[in-house]
Amino acid sequence: MIDTGHSLLLIGAMALCTMFLRFLPFIMFSKGTPKVILYLGDVLPNAIIAMLVVYCLRNTDFTGLTHGIPEIVAVLSVVAVHKWRHNMILSILTGTVIYMILIRVM
Amino acid sequence: MNRTTLKYSFMRSLPVMAGYIVLGTGFGVLLADKGYSFWWAILMSTVVLAGTLQYVGVELLATGASLISTILMSLMINARHLFYGISMLKKYGKMDWKRFYAIFALTDETYSLVCTDDVPEGVDREWYYFLLSMMNHSYWIIGSFIGAFIGNTFEFNSAGVDFSMTALFVVMLVEQWEKSRTHIPALLGGGITLICLIVFGADYFLIPSMLIIAAALLLLKPAITKAEGGDEA
Repeated sequence: MIDTGHSLLLIGAMALCTMFLRFLPFIMFSKGTPKVILYLGDVLPNAIIAMLVVYCLRNTDFTGLTHGIPEIVAVLSVVAVHKWRHNMILSILTGTVIYMILIRVM
Repeated sequence: MNRTTLKYSFMRSLPVMAGYIVLGTGFGVLLADKGYSFWWAILMSTVVLAGTLQYVGVELLATGASLISTILMSLMINARHLFYGISMLKKYGKMDWKRFYAIFALTDETYSLVCTDDVPEGVDREWYYFLLSMMNHSYWIIGSFIGAFIGNTFEFNSAGVDFSMTALFVVMLVEQWEKSRTHIPALLGGGITLICLIVFGADYFLIPSMLIIAAALLLLKPAITKAEGGDEA
Protein backbone atom coordinates (compact mmCIF):
# COMPACT_ATOMS: atom_id res chain seq x y z
CA MET A 1 0.00 0.00 0.00
CA ILE A 2 0.97 3.63 -0.50
CA ASP A 3 1.30 5.92 2.52
CA THR A 4 -1.65 6.49 4.82
CA GLY A 5 -2.01 10.21 4.15
CA HIS A 6 -2.26 9.87 0.38
CA SER A 7 -4.58 6.86 0.73
CA LEU A 8 -6.94 8.89 2.91
CA LEU A 9 -6.77 11.80 0.48
CA LEU A 10 -7.80 9.63 -2.48
CA ILE A 11 -10.58 7.88 -0.57
CA GLY A 12 -11.83 11.27 0.63
CA ALA A 13 -11.84 12.54 -2.96
CA MET A 14 -13.84 9.52 -4.16
CA ALA A 15 -16.34 9.96 -1.34
CA LEU A 16 -16.78 13.70 -1.84
CA CYS A 17 -17.09 13.48 -5.64
CA THR A 18 -19.73 10.77 -5.33
CA MET A 19 -21.63 12.76 -2.71
CA PHE A 20 -21.37 15.87 -4.88
CA LEU A 21 -23.03 14.05 -7.80
CA ARG A 22 -25.71 12.52 -5.60
CA PHE A 23 -26.61 15.79 -3.87
CA LEU A 24 -26.21 18.23 -6.75
CA PRO A 25 -29.73 17.95 -8.25
CA PHE A 26 -31.28 18.44 -4.82
CA ILE A 27 -29.13 21.49 -4.11
CA MET A 28 -29.68 23.01 -7.56
CA PHE A 29 -33.44 22.64 -7.44
CA SER A 30 -34.04 23.22 -3.75
CA LYS A 31 -35.94 26.42 -4.52
CA GLY A 32 -38.35 24.83 -6.96
CA THR A 33 -37.82 22.63 -9.96
CA PRO A 34 -38.27 23.83 -13.55
CA LYS A 35 -40.96 21.98 -15.48
CA VAL A 36 -38.49 20.51 -17.92
CA ILE A 37 -36.51 18.93 -15.05
CA LEU A 38 -39.71 17.52 -13.53
CA TYR A 39 -40.46 16.04 -16.94
CA LEU A 40 -36.99 14.48 -17.07
CA GLY A 41 -37.48 13.17 -13.54
CA ASP A 42 -40.64 11.42 -14.68
CA VAL A 43 -39.26 9.79 -17.80
CA LEU A 44 -35.66 9.14 -16.76
CA PRO A 45 -36.26 6.06 -14.55
CA ASN A 46 -37.52 4.01 -17.51
CA ALA A 47 -34.62 5.11 -19.69
CA ILE A 48 -32.00 4.72 -16.97
CA ILE A 49 -33.04 1.25 -15.86
CA ALA A 50 -32.79 0.13 -19.49
CA MET A 51 -29.37 1.79 -19.59
CA LEU A 52 -28.31 -0.06 -16.43
CA VAL A 53 -29.30 -3.40 -17.92
CA VAL A 54 -27.02 -2.74 -20.90
CA TYR A 55 -24.35 -1.41 -18.52
CA CYS A 56 -24.37 -4.65 -16.51
CA LEU A 57 -24.06 -6.72 -19.67
CA ARG A 58 -21.35 -4.54 -21.23
CA ASN A 59 -18.63 -7.14 -20.90
CA THR A 60 -20.61 -9.97 -22.49
CA ASP A 61 -18.40 -11.61 -25.09
CA PHE A 62 -20.51 -12.64 -28.06
CA THR A 63 -17.56 -13.88 -30.07
CA GLY A 64 -15.94 -15.89 -27.26
CA LEU A 65 -16.41 -19.43 -26.03
CA THR A 66 -20.01 -19.07 -24.80
CA HIS A 67 -21.22 -16.53 -27.42
CA GLY A 68 -23.09 -14.70 -24.67
CA ILE A 69 -25.56 -17.55 -24.39
CA PRO A 70 -25.51 -17.66 -20.53
CA GLU A 71 -26.35 -13.95 -20.40
CA ILE A 72 -29.08 -14.15 -23.03
CA VAL A 73 -30.73 -17.25 -21.57
CA ALA A 74 -30.53 -15.93 -18.01
CA VAL A 75 -31.98 -12.50 -18.88
CA LEU A 76 -34.82 -14.09 -20.86
CA SER A 77 -35.60 -16.46 -18.00
CA VAL A 78 -35.75 -13.54 -15.55
CA VAL A 79 -38.25 -11.79 -17.83
CA ALA A 80 -40.30 -14.97 -18.32
CA VAL A 81 -40.42 -15.92 -14.64
CA HIS A 82 -41.25 -12.36 -13.64
CA LYS A 83 -44.04 -12.11 -16.21
CA TRP A 84 -45.35 -15.41 -14.89
CA ARG A 85 -45.30 -14.91 -11.11
CA HIS A 86 -44.34 -11.27 -10.49
CA ASN A 87 -42.24 -12.38 -7.55
CA MET A 88 -39.01 -10.39 -7.50
CA ILE A 89 -37.03 -12.84 -5.38
CA LEU A 90 -38.11 -15.85 -7.44
CA SER A 91 -37.25 -14.13 -10.73
CA ILE A 92 -33.81 -13.03 -9.58
CA LEU A 93 -33.02 -16.36 -7.96
CA THR A 94 -34.04 -18.35 -11.05
CA GLY A 95 -32.02 -16.16 -13.41
CA THR A 96 -28.95 -16.18 -11.21
CA VAL A 97 -28.99 -19.95 -10.69
CA ILE A 98 -29.42 -20.55 -14.43
CA TYR A 99 -26.56 -18.16 -15.13
CA MET A 100 -24.28 -19.81 -12.56
CA ILE A 101 -24.99 -23.26 -14.00
CA LEU A 102 -24.49 -22.16 -17.60
CA ILE A 103 -21.11 -20.49 -17.02
CA ARG A 104 -19.93 -23.68 -15.35
CA VAL A 105 -21.10 -26.18 -17.96
CA MET A 106 -20.40 -24.18 -21.10
CA MET B 1 -41.82 3.74 11.79
CA ASN B 2 -43.71 0.48 12.22
CA ARG B 3 -43.18 -3.24 11.81
CA THR B 4 -44.83 -3.33 8.40
CA THR B 5 -42.33 -0.76 7.13
CA LEU B 6 -39.40 -2.64 8.60
CA LYS B 7 -40.55 -5.93 7.13
CA TYR B 8 -41.30 -4.43 3.72
CA SER B 9 -37.90 -2.72 3.61
CA PHE B 10 -36.15 -5.95 4.47
CA MET B 11 -38.09 -7.94 1.86
CA ARG B 12 -37.25 -5.37 -0.82
CA SER B 13 -33.59 -5.40 0.22
CA LEU B 14 -33.25 -9.18 -0.03
CA PRO B 15 -32.39 -9.31 -3.75
CA VAL B 16 -29.60 -6.82 -3.13
CA MET B 17 -28.21 -8.79 -0.21
CA ALA B 18 -26.55 -11.63 -2.09
CA GLY B 19 -25.21 -9.38 -4.82
CA TYR B 20 -23.76 -6.79 -2.47
CA ILE B 21 -22.18 -9.32 -0.18
CA VAL B 22 -20.50 -11.09 -3.08
CA LEU B 23 -19.47 -7.92 -4.91
CA GLY B 24 -18.37 -6.35 -1.63
CA THR B 25 -16.31 -9.45 -0.91
CA GLY B 26 -14.69 -9.16 -4.33
CA PHE B 27 -13.77 -5.58 -3.57
CA GLY B 28 -12.42 -6.49 -0.11
CA VAL B 29 -10.24 -9.24 -1.56
CA LEU B 30 -8.75 -6.91 -4.16
CA LEU B 31 -8.03 -4.17 -1.64
CA ALA B 32 -6.49 -6.56 0.89
CA ASP B 33 -4.39 -7.95 -1.92
CA LYS B 34 -2.78 -4.52 -2.28
CA GLY B 35 -1.72 -4.58 1.36
CA TYR B 36 -4.60 -2.67 2.93
CA SER B 37 -6.03 -3.99 6.20
CA PHE B 38 -9.76 -4.69 6.51
CA TRP B 39 -10.30 -1.32 8.22
CA TRP B 40 -9.57 0.36 4.90
CA ALA B 41 -12.18 -1.76 3.11
CA ILE B 42 -14.76 -0.90 5.78
CA LEU B 43 -13.84 2.78 5.58
CA MET B 44 -14.17 2.91 1.79
CA SER B 45 -17.44 1.00 1.69
CA THR B 46 -18.86 3.24 4.39
CA VAL B 47 -17.97 6.63 2.91
CA VAL B 48 -17.81 5.98 -0.86
CA LEU B 49 -20.54 3.36 -1.32
CA ALA B 50 -20.20 3.05 -5.10
CA GLY B 51 -19.35 -0.34 -6.53
CA THR B 52 -17.63 0.37 -9.80
CA LEU B 53 -15.71 3.34 -8.42
CA GLN B 54 -14.43 1.31 -5.49
CA TYR B 55 -13.15 -1.41 -7.81
CA VAL B 56 -11.38 1.24 -9.88
CA GLY B 57 -10.33 2.92 -6.63
CA VAL B 58 -8.30 -0.14 -5.67
CA GLU B 59 -6.14 0.45 -8.74
CA LEU B 60 -5.94 4.18 -8.06
CA LEU B 61 -4.71 3.47 -4.53
CA ALA B 62 -2.34 0.71 -5.59
CA THR B 63 -0.68 2.90 -8.20
CA GLY B 64 -0.65 5.99 -6.00
CA ALA B 65 -2.73 7.98 -8.47
CA SER B 66 -2.79 11.76 -8.24
CA LEU B 67 -5.62 13.65 -6.57
CA ILE B 68 -6.73 15.22 -9.83
CA SER B 69 -6.97 11.94 -11.74
CA THR B 70 -8.88 10.42 -8.83
CA ILE B 71 -11.36 13.29 -8.91
CA LEU B 72 -11.82 13.07 -12.69
CA MET B 73 -12.24 9.30 -12.53
CA SER B 74 -14.81 9.57 -9.72
CA LEU B 75 -16.84 12.21 -11.55
CA MET B 76 -16.80 10.27 -14.81
CA ILE B 77 -17.68 6.88 -13.38
CA ASN B 78 -20.45 8.23 -11.17
CA ALA B 79 -21.92 10.91 -13.44
CA ARG B 80 -25.04 8.75 -13.83
CA HIS B 81 -25.94 9.57 -10.24
CA LEU B 82 -26.98 13.04 -11.39
CA PHE B 83 -29.87 11.36 -13.18
CA TYR B 84 -30.84 9.41 -10.09
CA GLY B 85 -31.11 12.66 -8.16
CA ILE B 86 -33.18 14.30 -10.86
CA SER B 87 -35.64 11.42 -10.92
CA MET B 88 -35.89 11.32 -7.12
CA LEU B 89 -36.47 15.07 -6.64
CA LYS B 90 -40.17 14.58 -6.04
CA LYS B 91 -39.85 11.57 -3.72
CA TYR B 92 -36.77 12.59 -1.71
CA GLY B 93 -36.87 16.37 -1.99
CA LYS B 94 -39.48 17.00 0.69
CA MET B 95 -38.35 14.43 3.24
CA ASP B 96 -37.11 15.45 6.69
CA TRP B 97 -33.58 14.68 7.97
CA LYS B 98 -33.82 11.17 6.56
CA ARG B 99 -33.29 12.56 3.08
CA PHE B 100 -29.64 13.40 3.76
CA TYR B 101 -28.80 9.76 4.33
CA ALA B 102 -31.15 8.49 1.60
CA ILE B 103 -29.48 10.77 -0.97
CA PHE B 104 -25.99 9.91 0.25
CA ALA B 105 -26.73 6.19 -0.05
CA LEU B 106 -28.52 6.25 -3.42
CA THR B 107 -26.69 3.47 -5.28
CA ASP B 108 -27.69 1.95 -8.63
CA GLU B 109 -29.50 -0.90 -6.92
CA THR B 110 -31.27 1.17 -4.27
CA TYR B 111 -32.27 3.63 -7.00
CA SER B 112 -33.71 0.88 -9.17
CA LEU B 113 -35.90 -0.19 -6.23
CA VAL B 114 -37.08 3.22 -5.03
CA CYS B 115 -37.77 4.64 -8.48
CA THR B 116 -39.97 1.66 -9.39
CA ASP B 117 -41.87 1.30 -6.15
CA ASP B 118 -45.49 1.93 -5.45
CA VAL B 119 -45.15 1.71 -1.69
CA PRO B 120 -48.07 -0.36 -0.33
CA GLU B 121 -50.64 0.77 2.22
CA GLY B 122 -49.39 0.87 5.81
CA VAL B 123 -45.76 1.38 4.87
CA ASP B 124 -44.17 4.65 5.96
CA ARG B 125 -42.63 5.82 2.70
CA GLU B 126 -39.85 7.96 4.17
CA TRP B 127 -38.76 5.33 6.67
CA TYR B 128 -38.84 2.76 3.89
CA TYR B 129 -36.42 4.81 1.77
CA PHE B 130 -34.19 5.30 4.80
CA LEU B 131 -34.22 1.69 5.99
CA LEU B 132 -33.81 0.16 2.54
CA SER B 133 -30.78 2.39 1.92
CA MET B 134 -29.32 1.47 5.28
CA MET B 135 -29.82 -2.27 4.82
CA ASN B 136 -28.23 -2.22 1.37
CA HIS B 137 -25.37 -0.10 2.70
CA SER B 138 -24.74 -2.59 5.49
CA TYR B 139 -24.66 -5.59 3.10
CA TRP B 140 -22.02 -3.76 1.11
CA ILE B 141 -19.93 -3.06 4.21
CA ILE B 142 -20.32 -6.63 5.49
CA GLY B 143 -19.22 -8.02 2.13
CA SER B 144 -16.16 -5.77 2.02
CA PHE B 145 -15.23 -6.83 5.51
CA ILE B 146 -15.58 -10.53 4.67
CA GLY B 147 -13.47 -10.12 1.55
CA ALA B 148 -10.72 -8.16 3.23
CA PHE B 149 -10.73 -10.32 6.33
CA ILE B 150 -10.90 -13.86 5.07
CA GLY B 151 -9.68 -13.24 1.54
CA ASN B 152 -9.85 -15.51 -1.46
CA THR B 153 -11.30 -18.64 0.09
CA PHE B 154 -14.90 -17.40 0.12
CA GLU B 155 -14.96 -16.00 -3.38
CA PHE B 156 -13.94 -19.21 -5.00
CA ASN B 157 -17.25 -20.77 -5.99
CA SER B 158 -19.44 -17.72 -6.06
CA ALA B 159 -18.64 -16.87 -9.70
CA GLY B 160 -21.84 -15.64 -11.33
CA VAL B 161 -23.67 -14.53 -8.19
CA ASP B 162 -23.12 -10.96 -9.34
CA PHE B 163 -25.61 -11.72 -12.10
CA SER B 164 -28.26 -11.13 -9.42
CA MET B 165 -27.64 -7.39 -9.83
CA THR B 166 -28.29 -7.62 -13.57
CA ALA B 167 -31.40 -9.68 -12.80
CA LEU B 168 -32.57 -7.01 -10.35
CA PHE B 169 -32.41 -4.34 -13.06
CA VAL B 170 -34.17 -6.65 -15.54
CA VAL B 171 -36.99 -7.19 -13.02
CA MET B 172 -37.33 -3.45 -12.45
CA LEU B 173 -37.38 -2.93 -16.21
CA VAL B 174 -40.22 -5.44 -16.58
CA GLU B 175 -42.19 -3.80 -13.73
CA GLN B 176 -41.76 -0.33 -15.16
CA TRP B 177 -42.57 -1.59 -18.64
CA GLU B 178 -45.89 -2.99 -17.42
CA LYS B 179 -46.79 0.18 -15.53
CA SER B 180 -45.79 2.74 -18.16
CA ARG B 181 -48.23 4.09 -20.68
CA THR B 182 -45.43 4.70 -23.12
CA HIS B 183 -42.36 2.60 -23.80
CA ILE B 184 -40.53 5.35 -25.66
CA PRO B 185 -38.21 6.28 -22.72
CA ALA B 186 -37.25 2.65 -22.02
CA LEU B 187 -36.62 1.93 -25.71
CA LEU B 188 -34.57 5.11 -26.05
CA GLY B 189 -32.55 4.30 -22.92
CA GLY B 190 -31.77 0.74 -23.97
CA GLY B 191 -31.29 1.48 -27.67
CA ILE B 192 -29.04 4.51 -27.25
CA THR B 193 -26.90 2.79 -24.63
CA LEU B 194 -26.50 -0.25 -26.87
CA ILE B 195 -25.45 1.87 -29.83
CA CYS B 196 -23.02 3.87 -27.68
CA LEU B 197 -21.56 0.64 -26.31
CA ILE B 198 -20.86 -0.54 -29.86
CA VAL B 199 -19.53 2.85 -31.00
CA PHE B 200 -17.48 3.92 -27.96
CA GLY B 201 -16.59 0.58 -26.37
CA ALA B 202 -17.19 -0.77 -22.87
CA ASP B 203 -14.93 1.74 -21.11
CA TYR B 204 -16.27 5.01 -22.49
CA PHE B 205 -19.91 4.54 -23.47
CA LEU B 206 -21.70 5.60 -20.30
CA ILE B 207 -21.32 9.38 -20.47
CA PRO B 208 -22.15 9.72 -24.19
CA SER B 209 -25.15 7.45 -23.55
CA MET B 210 -26.39 9.70 -20.74
CA LEU B 211 -26.02 12.88 -22.77
CA ILE B 212 -27.75 11.45 -25.84
CA ILE B 213 -30.56 9.91 -23.72
CA ALA B 214 -31.22 13.27 -22.03
CA ALA B 215 -31.16 15.07 -25.40
CA ALA B 216 -33.47 12.50 -26.99
CA LEU B 217 -35.94 12.64 -24.09
CA LEU B 218 -36.04 16.44 -24.32
CA LEU B 219 -36.35 16.39 -28.10
CA LEU B 220 -39.21 13.89 -28.00
CA LYS B 221 -40.96 15.58 -25.07
CA PRO B 222 -44.12 16.43 -27.08
CA ALA B 223 -44.50 12.86 -28.33
CA ILE B 224 -43.75 11.27 -24.95
CA THR B 225 -46.05 13.62 -23.04
CA LYS B 226 -48.80 12.91 -25.53
CA ALA B 227 -48.30 9.16 -25.27
CA GLU B 228 -48.46 9.42 -21.50
CA GLY B 229 -51.81 11.11 -21.87
CA GLY B 230 -50.67 14.22 -20.03
CA ASP B 231 -50.87 17.85 -21.04
CA GLU B 232 -48.14 19.31 -23.13
CA ALA B 233 -46.63 21.96 -20.88
